[in-house]
Amino acid sequence: MIICERVSLSYGEPGRTERSHGPAVLRDISFAVPEGGFRWLLGHSGAGKTSLLRLLTLAVRPTRGHLRLLGTDIATASRKDLPALRRRIGVVFQEFRLLGHLSCYDNVALPLRLAGRPEGQIRADALELLRWVGLEDRLRQHPAELSGGEQQRVAIARAVITRPSLLLADEPTGNLDEGQAERLMQLLRELNRVGTTVVVATHNDSLVQRYRAEALVLDQGRLVAG
Amino acid sequence: MRWRPRGLRPAGADDLGLRHALAGWILPFLVAAMAFLASLSAGGVAGTAALARYWRIGAGAVLTVQVPEPRARLGGVDSPTRVARALETLAATNGVAQARALGDAEMADLLRPWLGRDAERIALPLPALIEVRLVPGAQVPMDLSKRLTAAVPGTLVEDHGPWLARLSGLAWSLQACALAVLALVAALAGGVIAVATRTGLAARRQAIEIIHGLGATDGYIAGRFARRAMAQTALGALIGTVVALPVLAGLADLARPLAGMAEATGPAWEALPAGFWFLLPGLPGVAALIGWGATQATVRLWLRRLP
Repeated sequence: MIICERVSLSYGEPGRTERSHGPAVLRDISFAVPEGGFRWLLGHSGAGKTSLLRLLTLAVRPTRGHLRLLGTDIATASRKDLPALRRRIGVVFQEFRLLGHLSCYDNVALPLRLAGRPEGQIRADALELLRWVGLEDRLRQHPAELSGGEQQRVAIARAVITRPSLLLADEPTGNLDEGQAERLMQLLRELNRVGTTVVVATHNDSLVQRYRAEALVLDQGRLVAG
Repeated sequence: MRWRPRGLRPAGADDLGLRHALAGWILPFLVAAMAFLASLSAGGVAGTAALARYWRIGAGAVLTVQVPEPRARLGGVDSPTRVARALETLAATNGVAQARALGDAEMADLLRPWLGRDAERIALPLPALIEVRLVPGAQVPMDLSKRLTAAVPGTLVEDHGPWLARLSGLAWSLQACALAVLALVAALAGGVIAVATRTGLAARRQAIEIIHGLGATDGYIAGRFARRAMAQTALGALIGTVVALPVLAGLADLARPLAGMAEATGPAWEALPAGFWFLLPGLPGVAALIGWGATQATVRLWLRRLP
């Protein structure tokens, strides 16, 4: 499902040679997460969690090493193969990344529209998920009109609406109260139980204690456990 | 029963928020200005083509025959005059549609620029001038001069063909210039649309990155931009073309004498060549296609920077 072999990542100008890249933010990362696996992604701020998530969300490609996601080698995959792969990956960003000009409903419906689903199915699924996250009365509201917690719930609904094969979350409970965080963890567990591979980056130790699972621990760009 | 609220936005709307990115009036205004120029150039292309055709087929089919001592008879008193015999010979020649001797007033009109107001009263032994119009597409018969000289000794045939061919060549070069201007305007329009699109891309960069990360293909994103740019360029081109119409009609009215329509009295737009009415309606469509193509290329090229 996820196979990472000696992966390194440096940020630099696209298309430049490896030597001209900046300092490596990830170094020789190797791990594997089987299909239907659940992993916490832990580490201090600046340890490389977000960079690793960016690799897994296909926002960047590895500078070195091999990354295999959902059966596709990311280093060698052609650019035109990536959109279909991205549609199988759900992502909950720490900063939500909602589209400000779209309503809650349209933000949640967007991944299904990109996948070319019929409007009837999109409507049914989006409304069901919005009701599930408790935002059925905020359908036409725009992100700017919502609280941080509500925006987080819209982002979660958007991430899971396609029933992704891989779900990645960056501090998904950061803006939620305890009850909502609990419901979110139950949703992630439920998705994981039906076969979705889940990776959650968090600083929330109590959450990690409550929901025991294997952890990938990063420190200064290196994997120190996992 | 399933919960189904009403009034939610339908599919295929403005996912990228381009209404805010590709400003409402700047692009249509610029395209309208270019469509105005393109309409003038298209008018030039159609006008010069019509002139060239007129000169080649219309005026180009005219030749002049000079008959010295036109009223002298070729034999006895019952025999025809020299000019009558020349007219008979021409009438019997293949390819000649009409042969007509110019009257005294027409001769005076021709001489007036050279001899002054009293040209008709000057006692000069003038030849008769016969204006010969050929059947459209017919060539001047090779043996015409020989046959006329045999029938009426001393006649001279003046073929206007070479001079008119040069005039026609001038019309074709003007047409080529107008076509070049048309191509330049089209290229310029493509450039302006590309710049406007890049501005839109910069303004919506974050939205594009989000939608790209959700799995949108390059074709989906480029299609969204191209659809909006196409609508804006078509609108601008339509406005520019409509504004150009009265200007073109005025210019065509001024050019009427060149096309042998000096006596025409109809409305100015009737003076526009027929070919123009085929070119003109196509302009907004062509502009829309340029808008679509330039936007598709610009967006797809820009998207290459994303993984």
